[in-house]
Amino acid sequence: MQQKSKDTSYFGPFGGRYVPETLIHALEELEEAYERYRDDPEFVEELNGLARDFVGRPTPLMFAERLTREWGGANVWFKREDLAHTGAHKINNALGQMLLAERMGKERIIAETGAGQHGVATATVAALYGRECVVYMGEEDTRRQAPNVLRMKLLGAEVRPVTTGSGTLKAALNEAIRDWVTNVENTHYIIGTVAGPAPYPRIVRDLQIVIGRELEFQARERFGRDPDAIVACVGGGSNAIGAFHPFVGRGGVRLVGVEAAGRGLETGEHGASLTGGEPGVLHGSMSYVLQTEDGQIREAHSISAGLDYPSVGPEHAYLKDEGLVEYASVTDEAALEAFVETTRLEGIIPALETSHAISHAAQVARELGPGKNVVINLSGRGDKDIGVVAEAIGMDAHEAEVASGDG
Amino acid sequence: MRSAFSGGRVALMPYLTAGFPTLEGAREVGEAYVAAGADVIEIGVPFSDPLADGPTIQDTTTRALENGADLEYCLELASGLADRVPVVFLVYYNVIFARGIEGFLEAAAGAGVSGLVIPDLPVDEAVDFREMAAERGVAICPLAAPTTDDARLDRIAEAASGFVYCVSVAGVTGAREKLPPGAIELLRRVRARASAPVALGFGISSAQAAVEAASEADGVIIGSKLMQIVAEEGPEGAARWLRGVREALDSEARTKVGGRN
Repeated sequence: MQQKSKDTSYFGPFGGRYVPETLIHALEELEEAYERYRDDPEFVEELNGLARDFVGRPTPLMFAERLTREWGGANVWFKREDLAHTGAHKINNALGQMLLAERMGKERIIAETGAGQHGVATATVAALYGRECVVYMGEEDTRRQAPNVLRMKLLGAEVRPVTTGSGTLKAALNEAIRDWVTNVENTHYIIGTVAGPAPYPRIVRDLQIVIGRELEFQARERFGRDPDAIVACVGGGSNAIGAFHPFVGRGGVRLVGVEAAGRGLETGEHGASLTGGEPGVLHGSMSYVLQTEDGQIREAHSISAGLDYPSVGPEHAYLKDEGLVEYASVTDEAALEAFVETTRLEGIIPALETSHAISHAAQVARELGPGKNVVINLSGRGDKDIGVVAEAIGMDAHEAEVASGDG
Repeated sequence: MRSAFSGGRVALMPYLTAGFPTLEGAREVGEAYVAAGADVIEIGVPFSDPLADGPTIQDTTTRALENGADLEYCLELASGLADRVPVVFLVYYNVIFARGIEGFLEAAAGAGVSGLVIPDLPVDEAVDFREMAAERGVAICPLAAPTTDDARLDRIAEAASGFVYCVSVAGVTGAREKLPPGAIELLRRVRARASAPVALGFGISSAQAAVEAASEADGVIIGSKLMQIVAEEGPEGAARWLRGVREALDSEARTKVGGRN
């Protein structure tokens, strides 16, 4: 692959704009708008004001005392993105893009969603700004994440279930892009992660960097220096990029991205594009992709809908190849264990996506040893996942009631 | 390939999805197109995630992949037709990239494929690709859309070594009732710049729309409508319908006294 790094559209050989010609104009328009407004004082003030009052930023950095003791290694800290309004980091991006859409005069907002967190965040900002909103969601995911479907509907969004392919995030992205191609004049597509054609990976990253900036400040405040490691889950990779970015290339901070190993990397049923994929083109950018030898995109698998995606943001592909971030993977089963452990020990129900990061962080904490500090980006809350988890671990609400004797 | 556009009449460019309705059935569709007077046949190489395609072509590619239509099969299919009519591949970029650009181009050239339409490889990303294709005698047929501005149209016109594929509407492929209003305007804008032939596709689904397009286009590409007919009536039905379009185009050309050159 040729190097194209002079252009902001690329991260080394990754990224670019592999889209139908019809969309080029809209991407250029978005790029122009972003360059124009990103440092515009009025834009920045509006975004920061809403980040504070509407989203609830800054989110806390919390010492996870019981997990620290349980794991017997480094001090464990949570960056509490689950406490952001709507329950995940996704709102940071949705809000920023909504402000851009408003300035570009786009009346209609569309989005894709996997776990539903980005769909909820987008429906939320669309409600805040009074815009029409359509969210594409794989039919399988509408079942797995039913509570989020209801939230989106209550917020006034139309949720369109996508039945093609495996009915998950990949298919939802296809349909969102097709909608955008068709309605590009009046529609802004709020993509939910650092994937897609340029300039999306850069815009979404810039809007999520607030996580890393706050974290940097809070770490110095709480323990007087940079963390020794930051661990985050990677589906498309937006929460991880946001948490990592200020620290990339900085000595002494281990950055660890955790992908979904699904039923195990060896089974082929996983969502670990960086660990188990090859370079390729999907959804408008060159990155690592799960694919067959013939270049057909494979279906990903993960118990968490948000990691169930056969590619990853192009900047992660670059960070991997450059050795700037290490990438690991965690199975469905291990993520479930971490979900349960965190809930019981810390009184926090983490998203299943996030549970992948927590699971691997236990290993990192032990490797680092006592006295060091590992920060887990607690990217989202897991209320949406309780149905999936209860089924997976064989828990029944009725039995629980009987057992506790208060039914 | 340009000879396909030099007969003094509008080139008829039917599309087929390789491997649809079956591996053998797609061959029959190709033969039916040849018999119906196709000037160029556009073969769609099935891809799992065809972003530029609407439901009709999506369904055909899903079926084709289930039927086992891999790249080798597509090359064979092309090679069986290319001695009688120029064949163009419509292929998404990852299929090319996975094979290796050079390997793909050599295999395509070896199978007699004259040109490539790559819906997700806009001119900006195709700079090196174009040179490599030129070295192997494979023509590039870039897309132009109603949303494309003049400066880009200049670059697209310059990049076109085959024909310029004008997309009739901001949208995905799929049969539409009428030719969208912006289509003729786009054809005029491209024609003013391109030395290459100019073809119109996306949504041409009646003889009347083809005739309308022919007022400014050197070729008309018909895809979704034909795939619908293949699904419902088989290759013979598609050939019959295509002959009807051919006749309408020819009859229109005669009334224009020599037509446009």
